[in-house]
Amino acid sequence: MNLLEIEGKRLFFDYGIPVPMGRLSHGEVPTDFVRYPAVVKAQVPTGGRGKAGGIRIVNDVSELERAIKEIVGSSIKGYKVWEVLVEQKIESQKELYLSITIDRSSGKPILMASAMGGMDIEGVPDEKIFKDWIDPWVGLQPFHAKNMASALELGSGTTGQFHAILQGLWKLFLDVDAELVEINPLAITSDSRLVAVDSKVVIDDDSLFRHENYKKLPGDITPLEKKARDKGIAFVQLDGNIGVIANGAGLTMATLDFLSMHGGKGGVFLDLGGTDDPEKVKEALLLMAEAKPKVVLINIFGGITKCDTVASGLLQAFQDGGLDLNIIARIKGVNEEQAVEMLKGSKIRPVISLDEAAKAAVEISSGGA
Amino acid sequence: MAVIITEKSKVLIQGITGHQGEFHTLKMKEFGTNVVAGVTPGKGGQKVHEVPVFDSVRSAVKETGADTSGIFVPAPYVLDAAIEAMDAGIETIIIITEHVPVHDAMKIVSISSKLGVRVVGPNCPGVASPGKAKLAIIPNQIFKKGDVGVVSRSGTLTYEIVDLLTQAGIGQSTCVGIGGDRVSGTSFVDVLKLFQKDKQTKKIVLVGEIGGPAEEDAAKYISKEVTKPVSAYIAGKSAPPGKRMGHAGAIISRGSGTAEGKIKALEDAGVKVAGVTADIVNLVKRIA
Repeated sequence: MNLLEIEGKRLFFDYGIPVPMGRLSHGEVPTDFVRYPAVVKAQVPTGGRGKAGGIRIVNDVSELERAIKEIVGSSIKGYKVWEVLVEQKIESQKELYLSITIDRSSGKPILMASAMGGMDIEGVPDEKIFKDWIDPWVGLQPFHAKNMASALELGSGTTGQFHAILQGLWKLFLDVDAELVEINPLAITSDSRLVAVDSKVVIDDDSLFRHENYKKLPGDITPLEKKARDKGIAFVQLDGNIGVIANGAGLTMATLDFLSMHGGKGGVFLDLGGTDDPEKVKEALLLMAEAKPKVVLINIFGGITKCDTVASGLLQAFQDGGLDLNIIARIKGVNEEQAVEMLKGSKIRPVISLDEAAKAAVEISSGGA
Repeated sequence: MAVIITEKSKVLIQGITGHQGEFHTLKMKEFGTNVVAGVTPGKGGQKVHEVPVFDSVRSAVKETGADTSGIFVPAPYVLDAAIEAMDAGIETIIIITEHVPVHDAMKIVSISSKLGVRVVGPNCPGVASPGKAKLAIIPNQIFKKGDVGVVSRSGTLTYEIVDLLTQAGIGQSTCVGIGGDRVSGTSFVDVLKLFQKDKQTKKIVLVGEIGGPAEEDAAKYISKEVTKPVSAYIAGKSAPPGKRMGHAGAIISRGSGTAEGKIKALEDAGVKVAGVTADIVNLVKRIA
């Protein structure tokens, strides 16, 4: 899950990484602790806020008042803005980039830094990004920081600060089970202080069982997506009119590819994952019904998830939920025979081949009501 | 010969008394797997489908000579279970459990590569060598013994592809589900290396999906080192950018890891790429 800038900066502060002095506002105009010029920043869990009008520089209290009024309550890239961070604007002589994330190819934490901070790191040429890998058991060593500081050509006035910041960032990365901790930009001020002007912290959802405090944060998902996540179901909402329920991300995506080949468009995808609980299947179908697709294509290949479990969940949803949905079900794998037997005489139409099932779903979706 | 799992593997199941562990132990035995032991702390002395249960991996290895472990324990305990297995001298570890924290996966992979222990997964459907043995949750009935090596990053999509091959009369040497998480013990490249060496494997099917650099890494390796014909399917052409499709691996972020990029990299390496799953059969058939 993506933390908001303010949440990331609070963590930075706790781990000894300097951040600008700031105040949080939900619409009121803060009067103390604000020095001008100041920056007003929308707190939404997404990048590119500046271009979307979510960041504004103000020079006096009347400009501040106007900025807060216009940004709080507005919508930035689909996210409603509930709060803004008002900070002293940092005058920097240089902007660095610094992050620790997970390198999928090596399976290790990777440390990345660049002297070209302040811009999207994707736009920085590869040779301008310095990389080093950290063993998860051994941890960050002094040589990592030394090598990085010299690659960045830091002077004697800032090298010590850099070491401390990197150590704090590594400790934070471990403590919160982060997928990414990023400071961009890490400013070098005119009086040679290092300050984290922005924060990006992404926490591994799979680690939330040991981070109870983060479970309560709203995160960056739609209400229906949140409802699904609370039930342990992966749920993605789009703009098509065919609902897809499958088990496993790959199978879900392969199903989409079939739909688009037949000219259809998926609207809601729901990945059951591995489950052995009919109740979860029932919940999935009820969630799907809330999204109001024209037709639902169910594609289950049973392994951990057994077919009879799915069939019994589907039947329960019809019995208790009073559902009225067009359903095409393609159910194969472990305990497939039991499932087909159970579905006999129900409203659910079983189809053997995925190709035929997809074709039938597209026909219903493009037909009348 | 098959790879990773064969009739010679002496298999241990960690978490054998759990619901999934127990069910799949039975299915594995029906498939022909030599399941010699199970481990659940505190339940030593019991039997599950005739398989003796031990309190620790060390005692199980000592009594039975187990060399391969399948991990079915809940996600919070996977790190401990994997380290315990390595400590007891297990040579091959297959982690079925999903939702393992990525920091735990990094620790497992880091230590296993130093010790030379093969880890497959986490979050994988396992490995099956038809006619020999499987350490997997993949349904038994979809396999057929043959000469096609299948390697896949997906779970159930692997079943779909294997089922299509079998229906078309095309048998498999070994099917390896490497798992869809960001950090995995075994990569496409690792399995391609094994298939290239394996005498039984004549053709290779690679099943990838959007997100990450794994397919691009595979394409590079294929163009240099693999002489056996490779066909592929990449799931997620119709998936929306920036949205996480189910599990952690399959996410397209910031324009990298797209289906188009992966398909192009594979085609440039001489791999035939199927448009939808069903097309894979014709691609494999066309290779004499």
